[in-house]
Amino acid sequence: MTTATTRPTAVTGAVGTAHTRVEGRDKVTGAARYAGEIPFADLAHGWLVLSTVARGRILSVDTASVLGMPGVLAVLHHGNAPRLDVDYVGMLGVPPDPTAAVFQNDRVPHAGWPVALVVAETPEQAREAAEALVVTYEEEPHDIGFHAGRPDAHPVDGHMPGVTEKGDLEAGFAASAHVVDAEYTTPEEHHAMMEPHAATALWDGGRLEVVDSNQGTTWVVDELVRMFQLEPSAVRVRSEHVGGGFGSKGVRAHQVSAVMAATLLQRPVRVVLTRRQMFSLTGHRSPTTQRVRLGADADGRLRALDHRSLSRTSTVWEFVEPSAGVARVMYDADAHRTANEVVRLDVPSPTWMRAPGEAPGSFALEAALDELAERCGVDPVELRLRNDPDRGPVSGLPFAGRDVAACFREGARRFGWAERDPRPGVRREGRWLLGTGTAAASFPAGALPSTAAVTAEADGTFTVRIAAADIGTGARTALTLVAADALRVEPDRVRVRIGDSDFGPAGIAGGSMGTRSWAWAVTAAVEELRERLVPGAPVPPEGITARSDTTAAVAGLAQKERHSFGAQFAEVAVDVTTGEVRVRRMLGIFSAGRIVNPLTARGQLVGGMVWGISMALHEEAVRDGASGGLYGPDLAGYHVATHADVPVVEADWLEGTPDPDDPVGIKGVGEIGIVGAAAAIANAVWHATGVRHRHLPIRPDRVLRAGGPRV
Amino acid sequence: MREFDYRRADDVSGAVALLGADPDARYLGGGTNLVDLMKTGVERPARLVDVRTLPLDRIEPADDGGLRIGATVTNSDLAAHPLVRDRYPALAQAVLAGASGQLRNMATVGGNLLQRTRCGYFTDVTRPCNKRVPGSGCPALTGEHHNHAVLGASDHCVAVHPSDMGVALAAFDAVVSYETADGPGELALADFYLPVGDTPHRETALPPGALVTGVTLPPLPVAARSRYRKVRERASYAFAIGSVAAALDVSDGVVRDARLAFGAVASRPWRARAAERVLTGAPATAEYFAAAADAELAAARPLPDNGYKVTLMRNLVVAVLSELAEEAAR
Repeated sequence: MTTATTRPTAVTGAVGTAHTRVEGRDKVTGAARYAGEIPFADLAHGWLVLSTVARGRILSVDTASVLGMPGVLAVLHHGNAPRLDVDYVGMLGVPPDPTAAVFQNDRVPHAGWPVALVVAETPEQAREAAEALVVTYEEEPHDIGFHAGRPDAHPVDGHMPGVTEKGDLEAGFAASAHVVDAEYTTPEEHHAMMEPHAATALWDGGRLEVVDSNQGTTWVVDELVRMFQLEPSAVRVRSEHVGGGFGSKGVRAHQVSAVMAATLLQRPVRVVLTRRQMFSLTGHRSPTTQRVRLGADADGRLRALDHRSLSRTSTVWEFVEPSAGVARVMYDADAHRTANEVVRLDVPSPTWMRAPGEAPGSFALEAALDELAERCGVDPVELRLRNDPDRGPVSGLPFAGRDVAACFREGARRFGWAERDPRPGVRREGRWLLGTGTAAASFPAGALPSTAAVTAEADGTFTVRIAAADIGTGARTALTLVAADALRVEPDRVRVRIGDSDFGPAGIAGGSMGTRSWAWAVTAAVEELRERLVPGAPVPPEGITARSDTTAAVAGLAQKERHSFGAQFAEVAVDVTTGEVRVRRMLGIFSAGRIVNPLTARGQLVGGMVWGISMALHEEAVRDGASGGLYGPDLAGYHVATHADVPVVEADWLEGTPDPDDPVGIKGVGEIGIVGAAAAIANAVWHATGVRHRHLPIRPDRVLRAGGPRV
Repeated sequence: MREFDYRRADDVSGAVALLGADPDARYLGGGTNLVDLMKTGVERPARLVDVRTLPLDRIEPADDGGLRIGATVTNSDLAAHPLVRDRYPALAQAVLAGASGQLRNMATVGGNLLQRTRCGYFTDVTRPCNKRVPGSGCPALTGEHHNHAVLGASDHCVAVHPSDMGVALAAFDAVVSYETADGPGELALADFYLPVGDTPHRETALPPGALVTGVTLPPLPVAARSRYRKVRERASYAFAIGSVAAALDVSDGVVRDARLAFGAVASRPWRARAAERVLTGAPATAEYFAAAADAELAAARPLPDNGYKVTLMRNLVVAVLSELAEEAAR
């Protein structure tokens, strides 16, 4: 197996060859319009008013005084808003988050809950009136106390079973030569994408149009149709360019309130969220507290594994951060138990955030593995190789290519792991202590049913239409390359149109499933088209269009453990006298199936690893106990890595083991980059200082308190 | 947001006249802090007087060997100026340690001195804050305060001053010049910021309506051997959790002169005079540097979650002074 970053895999070789974004010029010149800046005639502007109490009941909304303010058109709140249908399960298999289904009752379940929308002629007028709106509350005591051992913690299934167990855990630990038993915590984290949520709603000829920034127009249409009880054909959602999503850009208060206001006023209404509003309205990653117990033989082979994760959800919507799911894929033991538990608190609803479950779960599990390596005196890479299962530890299913060992071997070679002195706290360079660490990575390779249409145009070009979403990943470009290869033409003859629900149902840009799902549908449509194109025959002026629907094919895929895998390596420098931790270099070697566009795939993987740096060292939303709200909810207070925090970060991939059953071969690269990255950094901090940091982020004050060898 | 009146001043006296005695009016420099505060509703001025184009953008040597820095000099220009880099290197380093390139291109010296704390309770109008609403309370005392003050704070406010530049200016005995309708005035930086006491909303000793016109640095040979070091929670673009501006004159292994100031530990840039007294005449060794730090930090009153700052500042003082001493010995 060799690294192959540019190997052509199809007839024209577009797939596998680096290609700049087809819309790149539009984006860097500003020609690409984002949802909040597309002009509309007669546009009115809505501004959301959020609760200032963390729990209670709305007693009054003093609309009269703000309705007289300049430009104010309407104030929507629970007393006058239309009733929505929220009693359904949406296309992602979950009911709607009541935070999005706004103004349905007088309950306030958390700080920053949407209580009203003020609509005015200008955004400034709407904002001024929104800030002037007096809302009175009957405040109730709130509970945001999140910690291990809460008696109301309970297992929750979410998108995977809450609990799996086999074997006798206590017997397994009793028989183990080495046992690690440690608690790890990760804080509340936020998506913090660049582009805020923004939507414009308008009625046009009896149809509701929503111009939005989202991760799937099909998804948003589905929810709006159900909430507002409309005919599916009566709603169109467009979302052409999206400045980041990371799981947060589904149905939110901005679209729903904009639709309400546009319906009431019968004119276009735009609602844009502020950065501060995003911190309570658009989901987040729950904090976790995780207990990991590992029991192993003297040589490090696992006999018992117990991973129990507690996350937090709101009182109005159930979401589990399934951190304990990682071990169901990564490590086997005769005694094996994993549990994802949740506690309901008076906080905003969490949601999917880049590698939900895997990101915090891999931190705890892979840090525990590092502790086990230390106990056993086994090299951390070797420990992973010794515990590399050949079947799904819980499912018993075969892997569709498990290249963990190959990733570690290639990564170790390129990182220079063989020269590593395993002793902690002994490498010094000026005021810095140096260390290296490693961790494994995995992320599921799922697929969602999608439809696509491909048109052979009379001028010899081709148009692909699919309700895909390019949330900055380069999906539009990837689909152009996939279509070009399938059509056996150069990419410049292919035009890919996305982000429009009128193109037919398609899966979301989420779960690292976007490119895999859409490429499948596009390829199928091209196959259909090629059968209908008669060589030499002229194409009629309206073109020839072929359509595909992968619903049956996706459902018929053979059951296997399908995942992307990887090995993460990090080198850090730590000054224990100031607490500063700096990542010096990172290397991630991945096996993610067929890589469509090496340029943007590398961007996704490196971007994920940079998220790992942020997760390890910076990101932490601090909730204020007294108010129940966040402390400093803006991008000055909520730290993500800056350029200066990001040193040499290198990502590469193996060709990987192909799966003959898989017609697509693409596995997805959007999320795996973050998985294991924080653990690799935390493990490197231990190697540098000799101190285990089990609580993220590894802030300077925590490093200072923990101490370590002085330089 | 609230509508406001905007005026651009042509000269200093015109600016002072435009602002008048109106408590709802504010001078606008680079706007890198004031405009943010207007967006969040912390500041709701009825009138802005834009002073950024006033002819106060010069850095000139003073006759006595010091330096006069105009109030509208941008942070970028201040940090890049050869005389600043040669005579007061810690000042250039401090400015460059703050904010981002874009912000430093906009931010002014006058605005930097007058920027407000980034305490998350101060910047959130839905929370109590004695600095924003006198008498409303200080949630930081029992809430989030891991980056709050350990020196000179009170039960009324534990916020820290965010400036890096101000820390170097404090170490170097800067004097702030201002203009009022009644004529010009001066304040030593040591007297410029008021003690917190029970009036955290009163931050400076400037008379009402005063416009900061510049900062004067006295001639200070020791400042040529100076350093600023800042610790923060990421490598760039974050406020300090602790910083030190230090200048050291060592000969024959003995400290002849020393200047020391701390950042991110108090409501103002904190001149460490007690430490300086220990240093002067003492052997230039880590032991005495630590003793100097301890002398200053003896007055520290940490809260439950910010006690690490005492350790951090002690370590920083020893590290920075040791570096300066080693350089002097070469």
